[in-house]
Amino acid sequence: MPSEPWEGPLPSSLKERFGDGLESAVRLGGQQLLTVALPAAREVLASLRDDHGFDYLVDVTAVHWPKRERPFDIVWILYSFEANERVRVKATAADGESAPSVTSLYKAADWLEREVFDMFGLRFEGHPDLRRILLPDEWDGHPLLKGYGILQQDSAWVRENLKIESAQ
Amino acid sequence: MPATTQEPAAAPADTFLDSNELVLNMGPQHPSTHGVLRVILKLDGETVLGTDCVIGYLHRGVEKIGENRTYQQFAPYVDRMDYVAAVSNGLGYCMAVEKLLDAEVPARAQCVRVILTELNRVASHLLWLGTHALDIGAITPVFLCFREREEVLKIFENYCGARLTTHAFRIGGLQYETYDTFEKECLAFCDLMGEKVREYHDLLTGNRIWVKRTKGVGILNADDCKTYGVTGPLLRAAGVAWDLRKAQPYCGYENYDFEVPTAESGDTFDRYIVRMQEMRQSCRIIRQAVDALPSGPIKGRVAKVIKPPKGEAYVSIEAPKGELGYYVVSDGSLKPYRVRVRPPSFVNLAALDRMCRGSLVADVVAIIGTIDIVLGEVDR
Repeated sequence: MPSEPWEGPLPSSLKERFGDGLESAVRLGGQQLLTVALPAAREVLASLRDDHGFDYLVDVTAVHWPKRERPFDIVWILYSFEANERVRVKATAADGESAPSVTSLYKAADWLEREVFDMFGLRFEGHPDLRRILLPDEWDGHPLLKGYGILQQDSAWVRENLKIESAQ
Repeated sequence: MPATTQEPAAAPADTFLDSNELVLNMGPQHPSTHGVLRVILKLDGETVLGTDCVIGYLHRGVEKIGENRTYQQFAPYVDRMDYVAAVSNGLGYCMAVEKLLDAEVPARAQCVRVILTELNRVASHLLWLGTHALDIGAITPVFLCFREREEVLKIFENYCGARLTTHAFRIGGLQYETYDTFEKECLAFCDLMGEKVREYHDLLTGNRIWVKRTKGVGILNADDCKTYGVTGPLLRAAGVAWDLRKAQPYCGYENYDFEVPTAESGDTFDRYIVRMQEMRQSCRIIRQAVDALPSGPIKGRVAKVIKPPKGEAYVSIEAPKGELGYYVVSDGSLKPYRVRVRPPSFVNLAALDRMCRGSLVADVVAIIGTIDIVLGEVDR
């Protein structure tokens, strides 16, 4: 995909404020993408919301790259109603590392972060009520991890709660 | 039983074991939850102090399935999320993969896509109107709405053989050319809807019971909508004229002349009015698209084996329920490395608690209806 550096007032003001916290700013296939260090992520999002008008958190999600040293990408997609612009913010997380929660900035983050936790096992520091959302609370495993098989299930849970041998 | 996420606002701190408080379970087997949604209500008498949604009963792991299928194989699966607006789901997915491939879609295919998506928007709103009215106690609209919706489903059936989970689009364009009477039937449907929307207005808009059950119920103002990420008719009913078809046009929507209906107060009644107007606007778009339908190929130059280069893209469209986004990551192989669906129903449902607090139990039914959720999409 064609990628070019993203230059403009927004990336330069973030660069000034966060220094190395902002790792890169590119346009990937025409879409604005910021890569940040995980500890700075919350502050970057707060600055995007308060100083740059990105008042709508579209989505929070993650991607699992098991072979990488820091195997998780966490992705926040933001939109500004005023500027009619989108920006994607991305940070990497190591195994067992928690991401900062943005629930205090955007209420939409509540369920979205719970879903990431449910699917990837990633924890969000500062989330008021981080528990599973789509799978049962007692479920073992996080299905969107690459090591989780397509037919895999928590057999003990299925046997105990559904009284059947397999949910497949 | 899980407690509510936040402390209820109105509970007096010094009351010893508040005997009026009651926890009531609603669903998952409850006709007004439109599927299998379970809501735990904390009540003080008839007043709702807080709610907690329990979802996931329909979870099928759609995103996991996406990683284990090729790009084409996954396309029919997306229809099964919001199954009353399957065409919109398919459109969003195809557009996301086309973005990764940097593929051009021919003009005729774009135009047919617009027609089918708008027909589907009307069908989705009709289903919503019928069931929402039924929840509140009006029996008649559901029969009328299903009657008109049938006309849309017939067009879909004639077009691609399926009524609900249509898989109407393919990556790069369309699979099927339109049939002989396609244009005529679309126009006939638009004529019919003009008349029928008036009939629904006659039944409901001035109806005192309808007005009392919907005005001032489940208010969500513009600021709340933004912080909760609520989009679609809910946001527009709160006075924000934001529609992705206008804000970031796709499929050639910039060529059509239509309005974005809005309302002021963001209550259940306003959302009803907005959706009613949207049906008219959709018909307006369909007419223009049918008139302008160009000739030419229906599929762009896309390889038989779809193998996008490494990269990622987020593409979103205005689905009947709000912003429907697909974030697709490609590692250069035959299967998507990651497909993330940003479902409007899921995000909008998260605002249920905000809308229900302080209202009556009976209003919860109206509020669930007015959000217009499809559990297939919430749970995926």
